[in-house]
Amino acid sequence: MNRRSLTALLFAAAPAAVCMPASAQAVDAARSAVSATFRQMGVPVEGRFARFAGRVVYDPARPADAQARVDVEVASFSLGDPQYDAEVRKPAWFDAARFPRASFAGAGMRPAGSGWQVPGTLTIKGRAVNVVVPLAVRREAGATVFEGSLPIRRLAFGIGEGEWKDTGLLADEVIVKFRLAVPEAEK
Amino acid sequence: MSAMGRISPAAAPPGGYGGTAKALHWLVAALVLAGIAMGLTMVSLPGITPTKLRLFNWHKWIGVTVFALALLRLAWRLAHPAPPLPPSVPLWQRRAAALSHAALYVLLFALPLSGYFYSLAAGFPVVYLGLVPLPEFIGPDPALKQPLVVLHHVLAWTMIALLALHVGAALKHRWVDRDGVFERMLPRRGRPSAAEDARGRTREGMLR
Repeated sequence: MNRRSLTALLFAAAPAAVCMPASAQAVDAARSAVSATFRQMGVPVEGRFARFAGRVVYDPARPADAQARVDVEVASFSLGDPQYDAEVRKPAWFDAARFPRASFAGAGMRPAGSGWQVPGTLTIKGRAVNVVVPLAVRREAGATVFEGSLPIRRLAFGIGEGEWKDTGLLADEVIVKFRLAVPEAEK
Repeated sequence: MSAMGRISPAAAPPGGYGGTAKALHWLVAALVLAGIAMGLTMVSLPGITPTKLRLFNWHKWIGVTVFALALLRLAWRLAHPAPPLPPSVPLWQRRAAALSHAALYVLLFALPLSGYFYSLAAGFPVVYLGLVPLPEFIGPDPALKQPLVVLHHVLAWTMIALLALHVGAALKHRWVDRDGVFERMLPRRGRPSAAEDARGRTREGMLR
């Protein structure tokens, strides 16, 4: 399935909670990245999501009107080892069969320190948590790039249940890092 | 043999190993055996379980500790040479002992090192005792992963074989040769008196 039809499929299935206007621009997944870093007994382990899609409304002159919607296919999470990757899709973790998508829906950029903040809702494994995402905005060749990292608590989303609940083995805090490149609209 | 000034209890009295050498020997022996036991167990566990993850981490911590202790042992041994074997030991056994001991020393460094680099190549940096991140000399490297794990396993089995030889030879000295060589590595009961130190090898006879 190519990326274009996957994006269409994701958004056809998306709930209508956040209606992105027609002026919203698509995130270029080829120039973007979403990853999650967790710690097992102190050792940082980073996994990347290979498949995700996003739409952004952003006008530098009116940041308060900004909107973002990012959907990530949890089954595309990879730690670089097939055994680990298969484990993470199981019900005790992402439960990818029942909850194939994790998503973020946010609106309104406001200044924070030297960068910005976007309040929104993060939904993973069917649980929605309100978050405030810190981010920085940059211009790159032909695109606006939104980058940031958000610490989340895996247990709040039920990720790593049962025998995996022990935060002495796997820390509760997981850092979600993202880099979303939104190409300039054709003029 | 001259008594050069103060003889510290840790230094080797003539004809024997000092307390420090013995302590290091048994400490490293215990850690290596534990590390091997964990290593063999953890790779036999199916799937991904909390127990398996814990074993992998403890195994790595043991490896780092053995490496550090091996450095200490080497430095100590260079400053305090091992006692010579009794004249009753034939030449071919002296050579075999020297070779196998040298090989064991090499493995005390090479085995942990191969495991350490394998862990790095697999994308898992080592955090000693879950607290101290250790240097990442290389980053994740899928191409290096396979050769390094093979190397680590080959060195581990070489270590197991050498240990079997080492223990077998030690027991031979104890039960067959009865030449006091085995007893040299046992903890001493109480401190030797100056007169006992002067008697040197004769003390070995008294231990039997």
